[in-house]
Amino acid sequence: MKPKYLPLTATIVIFVLSYALCVMQYPNILSTRVVGNLLTDNAFLGIAAVGMTFVILSGGIDLSIGSVIAFTGVFLAVVLENTGIHPLAAFALALMIATLFGALMGAIIHYLEMPAFIVTLAGMFLARGMAFVLSIDSIAIKHPFYGTLKGFYYKLPGGGRISLIGGLMLLVFAIGILIAHRTRFGTDVYALGGGTATAKLMGVPVGRTTILIYALSGLLAGLSGIVFSLYTSAGYSLAAVGVELDAITAVVIGGTLLTGGSGFVAGTFIGILIQGLIQTYITFDGSLSSWWTKILIGLLLFVFILMQKGIVYASRSKQRHA
Amino acid sequence: MQPNGENLLSATRIDKVFPGARALDKVDFHLRRGEVHALLGENGAGKSTLVKCLTGAYRRDGGTILLDGVEVDPRDTFNAQKLGIGTVYQEVNLLPNLSVAENLFLGRQPRRFGLVDVGAMNRQARALLDDYELDLDVTRALDSYSVAIQQVVAIARAVDLSGKVLILDEPTASLDAHEVEMLFRIVRRLKARGLGIVFITHFLEQVYEISDRITVLRNGQLVGTRETATLERRDLISMMIGRELAAEIRSAREGQVVAGPVRYRFENYGRKGHIAPFDLDIRAGEVVGIAGLLGSGRTETAEILFGAHRADSGMAEVDGRAVQLSSPRRAIAHRFGFCPEDRKTAGIVGDLSVRENIVLALQARRGWTRPLSRTEQNRIADHYIRALDIRTADREKPIRLLSGGNQQKAILARWLATEPEFLILDEPTRGIDVGAHAEIVRLIEGLREKGMSLMVISSEIEELVAYSTRIVVLRDRQHVAALEGNRITADQIIEAIASANERGAA
Repeated sequence: MKPKYLPLTATIVIFVLSYALCVMQYPNILSTRVVGNLLTDNAFLGIAAVGMTFVILSGGIDLSIGSVIAFTGVFLAVVLENTGIHPLAAFALALMIATLFGALMGAIIHYLEMPAFIVTLAGMFLARGMAFVLSIDSIAIKHPFYGTLKGFYYKLPGGGRISLIGGLMLLVFAIGILIAHRTRFGTDVYALGGGTATAKLMGVPVGRTTILIYALSGLLAGLSGIVFSLYTSAGYSLAAVGVELDAITAVVIGGTLLTGGSGFVAGTFIGILIQGLIQTYITFDGSLSSWWTKILIGLLLFVFILMQKGIVYASRSKQRHA
Repeated sequence: MQPNGENLLSATRIDKVFPGARALDKVDFHLRRGEVHALLGENGAGKSTLVKCLTGAYRRDGGTILLDGVEVDPRDTFNAQKLGIGTVYQEVNLLPNLSVAENLFLGRQPRRFGLVDVGAMNRQARALLDDYELDLDVTRALDSYSVAIQQVVAIARAVDLSGKVLILDEPTASLDAHEVEMLFRIVRRLKARGLGIVFITHFLEQVYEISDRITVLRNGQLVGTRETATLERRDLISMMIGRELAAEIRSAREGQVVAGPVRYRFENYGRKGHIAPFDLDIRAGEVVGIAGLLGSGRTETAEILFGAHRADSGMAEVDGRAVQLSSPRRAIAHRFGFCPEDRKTAGIVGDLSVRENIVLALQARRGWTRPLSRTEQNRIADHYIRALDIRTADREKPIRLLSGGNQQKAILARWLATEPEFLILDEPTRGIDVGAHAEIVRLIEGLREKGMSLMVISSEIEELVAYSTRIVVLRDRQHVAALEGNRITADQIIEAIASANERGAA
């Protein structure tokens, strides 16, 4: 097997094993109802994590995701409460703002040669602050169109449902996989992760690619914000705190190298499922504190970082002896 | 001068000026169709500057470049590639994390319905590599293959993209004999296809094995272009390192050399992979010159003596007492000083003033708990600015604003301020103008007369002859010869390097 598939395989094996363990204790976890809920509950995180995957593959980081989600939610709530704009138009507006916001961060990172960490950290405070400017209260969204959207679902055998937002997440992952592996842009993203200087020498349009990557991450954070507002039917400026960290976790557990250049969008999907599964298990158990989710995910993350180091080390020493 | 008709690439009167130094001075370079043309010269001779002017990495300051008889002006490497000039460097400039096929076709992947056609890309990649006798799994990541294979992939990409001129910059530096063989087979095949190939290396055996013609540069000037078949190896070496002045400078000093007692003794001293174990005695009032071609282990010798790399065999003695030189700090404690080769990266601290640069090593030796007072610093700085004639408006000027020669003198002052008893100078005259050159040579002479022990590494043979009381010749990371007394002549040194080289080739 090629070494680049190793982390992904490990993730899949861990997922299947832990799923089997959960099923042995609570057979109901296997039901389509649980699976459908798992997708719905993690839809916003999954969509944002696809954007994060591209950012990390290119060797960057985007800390603004959680704030952009909150901003989008508040923005939608305020617009729908105070104006007669149709939600679809409001969605388009929100996506546009989020995309431009991401593109702007990408442009700053590229043209001012600033570390992505700092630029997106500033973006994180800025977006969160803008959400507070719009409203400091949690605003419920009562627009009838929201109800209509929530009514859409695909019924699975066994009573489970794939909701609109769960399905949207699956679609985003599918498109993400296609972009990563079947477009020149996708290869350019990996190229940046392999080394910006070399990529530039080989003719990769570094500036355009960087801006597109952060624009894509912004777009998906905006979409995630829309999904989040559908999920909660509200907009609140304190919502989605730390979601960027959950997204990074999903990406790393999914086998993507934090230093960039190696990994899979599909791996991030498994990473999301693993996180969702742990939460579901704790819900089923009922007596465990929900902090156990954090503890388990922390341990998993640690194991994965160690594993990645091991793989990098092994492939280096192999090369040396080759 | 060849008629232009048969020249694929003609560069005439190429000039390139860097602040404070003339890197290329009206250099001509002509490359024929279907030839391998070796471009030779010591470090700083201007090889890579010339190549960078040809590939557009640098904008030249003067001269014309004709490609296929048409004047071209490559703006950047990408543009040069489109014109037909491709370059492959020693460190492979490909992306290790992408697959072989992706590396070959990055930015021009075949597409179907807007999406990359991975199947077609891999097929084309395999077809392309067939020409290079490579049967690889092109879907594997590039870094799962050896450097030699990566090198060939880089060549395949460059030829496929440009297809007229291929510049190979030190391609064999990290390859073993078998891999070099493979690379040369490919070079010959490309040559047969009519490509013009520029081959830069410091392995002379390889030059004789593969090249048709040789162009030698020295100090940014063209020394000459010769047919390889009719150029003797020793003539080539003297073209590369020069031998003009020499004897008379030395004869003026003959007889007054008084060497004191042996102060530094190194026995069987060496480090695996850096420099083979050597014996070396250095007396008081002696200048040991280190001669050898680039990559022969000159700098490695200096670094191991100074403790920058730890020796893994042998022993060192200072004044008859065994010492451990395991770090530069230890070496400095025994009153060693070392001016490294590249003053830009390893020497000056550009934003600090001349004064701060001069007192740096002295302060470091005293430790930060015993700071030098400002008056003391001023006294030391002023003393050396006067003694070494450092041309600066005042001692508080940032050192990066000084010319190369004056920067070099400030570095020298830094080590002299520590009052060393053994001073190692690595290429002290590199990249400075002729006037400053002579001053530094005089300075070395003066220090020796005061009883200091010095070791000087230089690529300038006549310079070594001028101030050395003894010369150690290096080849292939071994000390191979020592010349003393009236055996120190440019001819003898060239002889020693050349015969060593012939032995190496056999």
